[in-house]
Amino acid sequence: MSVLIVGLLLGGTYALMAMGLQLQYGVARVMNLANGEVIVAGAFATFWLFAGSHLSPFVSIFGIVPAAFVVNWAVYRILILPLVRRAKNQGQLDVDSILATFGLSFIFIGILLSVFGGEMLTYSYLARPFVILGEPYALNRIAAFLGSAILCASLYVWLHWTRAGLSLRAVSVNSSAAALVSINVERASAMAFALGGAVSAAGGSLLSMFLTFDASQGVIFTLKALVIVILGGVSDIRGAIIASFILGMTETLVATFIDPGLTLAAAYMLFIIMLLVRPEGLFGRRPS
Amino acid sequence: MTGREMRQLAIAALLFAAAALLPFSGSGYWLTLGISIAMFTVLATSWTLFSGPTNYISLATAAFFGIGMYIVAAGLDRLPFPVLIVIAGIAGAALALVVGLATLRISGVYFVIFTLGLAELVRQIVAWAQNVMGASSGLYVLITLPDPTLYWLLLALAAIVFLIGWLIGRSRLGFALRIIGNDEVVAVHVGINTARVKVILFVISSIFASITGALVAPRWSYVEPSIAFSPFLTFEVVIMALLGGVHRLWGPLLGVIPFTLLWEFISAKFPAQTTLLLGVSFLLIVYVIPRGVVGLVEDLLRGGAARSAGAERIPRWLKAVLQRLRIGHA
Repeated sequence: MSVLIVGLLLGGTYALMAMGLQLQYGVARVMNLANGEVIVAGAFATFWLFAGSHLSPFVSIFGIVPAAFVVNWAVYRILILPLVRRAKNQGQLDVDSILATFGLSFIFIGILLSVFGGEMLTYSYLARPFVILGEPYALNRIAAFLGSAILCASLYVWLHWTRAGLSLRAVSVNSSAAALVSINVERASAMAFALGGAVSAAGGSLLSMFLTFDASQGVIFTLKALVIVILGGVSDIRGAIIASFILGMTETLVATFIDPGLTLAAAYMLFIIMLLVRPEGLFGRRPS
Repeated sequence: MTGREMRQLAIAALLFAAAALLPFSGSGYWLTLGISIAMFTVLATSWTLFSGPTNYISLATAAFFGIGMYIVAAGLDRLPFPVLIVIAGIAGAALALVVGLATLRISGVYFVIFTLGLAELVRQIVAWAQNVMGASSGLYVLITLPDPTLYWLLLALAAIVFLIGWLIGRSRLGFALRIIGNDEVVAVHVGINTARVKVILFVISSIFASITGALVAPRWSYVEPSIAFSPFLTFEVVIMALLGGVHRLWGPLLGVIPFTLLWEFISAKFPAQTTLLLGVSFLLIVYVIPRGVVGLVEDLLRGGAARSAGAERIPRWLKAVLQRLRIGHA
């Protein structure tokens, strides 16, 4: 039982970082392999503000999100947009953006290494037990879960009940048709990419409350976020949330009963099962 | 075989013979550099065998390389070195087969994503297995392989890669591969078993990475998971292949040589900033010379022909570079 709850709490926090990647791939159609580094950067910034200025993660997140938004917006305008413009089709864009963001991920790692060094960073925040159904859980995990839930819900509301959110969803369904109804596709894509980066950084910020980070770890988070997005279906937020819970549970089960060092193996196991059984994802539509 | 192909083969054989003379120069520095160049030539060229024509970018070189290295490190006290090299090749093939069968039957980005974390996955599993068996995470490789021998072995391996690449290029398999790269839907419709072609090529390409890892293992006297499965190796291989150009068999070679020299310089001058500079140079290559050195050379040759016909004097590639440097502006 306690394993299930820990898995749920972890999955809820993963949901946020996966939604960031989903915005980038589902709407902006950019396969961003540097997403994990943005998550790590969010975690490092939170650590730095906590250790240096004793700022609570819930305060620093309000600074980290806009900063990540600006950085990711600039990345899209400067690096990605030329690729989008020169690409003849989606396959070409996938190849180009995979290469560009793969290079970018090493630039991010280089910057993180030179600013923070190569050590594992961790801090202690809300590290007290909190009792649910007679069993104690770390309060920081619960706080991170709640923070993620609030952000996911606001993102969902924004996407479904505002005009800007509607135009993002329209681009995600069909970008050329969206252009026909006078949606500025480039601006919507830049918005989605920047917002996705900001959401991922927020995810990293929340994860840092209970996980240990080091500069070279980004690829693990990129992979977990990708597995969640593929498992849930590229353009469905509900799918991503359910997939996050599945990953969180699987990981916790593997960590508890086999070995805590095998969390990536858990993600890969889900990935392989999904590729063999349902390659289009839980909520994806089968291509006809 | 046409006369032209005979000539190409003869030139290649001569170049390899010339390269094989390097250890007689007596310079340890150049030999060490030669070993790096030979190693990356094998890795980058075998990477290009699969990823070049198909556009399926493999980010798993480090996984296969690390497996080869680990098999040698872990098995040396039980089996002779040559046997371990064969086992390394088989293990690499087996892993590539599993990955290929899981991801290459479906087109799209699944393959890239799967390979992205593969090195880290194998590293976790190796570390876990060592933990379960109660072994320490590091292994000592107590065998010495003289540098000239290693160099010749790698050079021979490079020759095999080129030969196989050349044979594939003129076979039905290579033809099928190019069609897949151009348009996979067309490939399916003309009756190519695309999944089989892709898996075969990926397996061939991965065997070479594993064997390379096995061959160079004795150079590291101490091997542990974080060394053997370092993601930087993959990055270097992809960067060199792209720099050289992936649409010609000999393209990666033109990337390996300058990049190894450049890398030697960067890691000596800026040891703390290597990751950052590696990333920057990677982006420069992707944006400024997407077709690699080979593309530049070909444009230059074509530009030369056009010039003699009375065309403009500024080479087209230079214009393209200038245009691409103004990235970001509409």
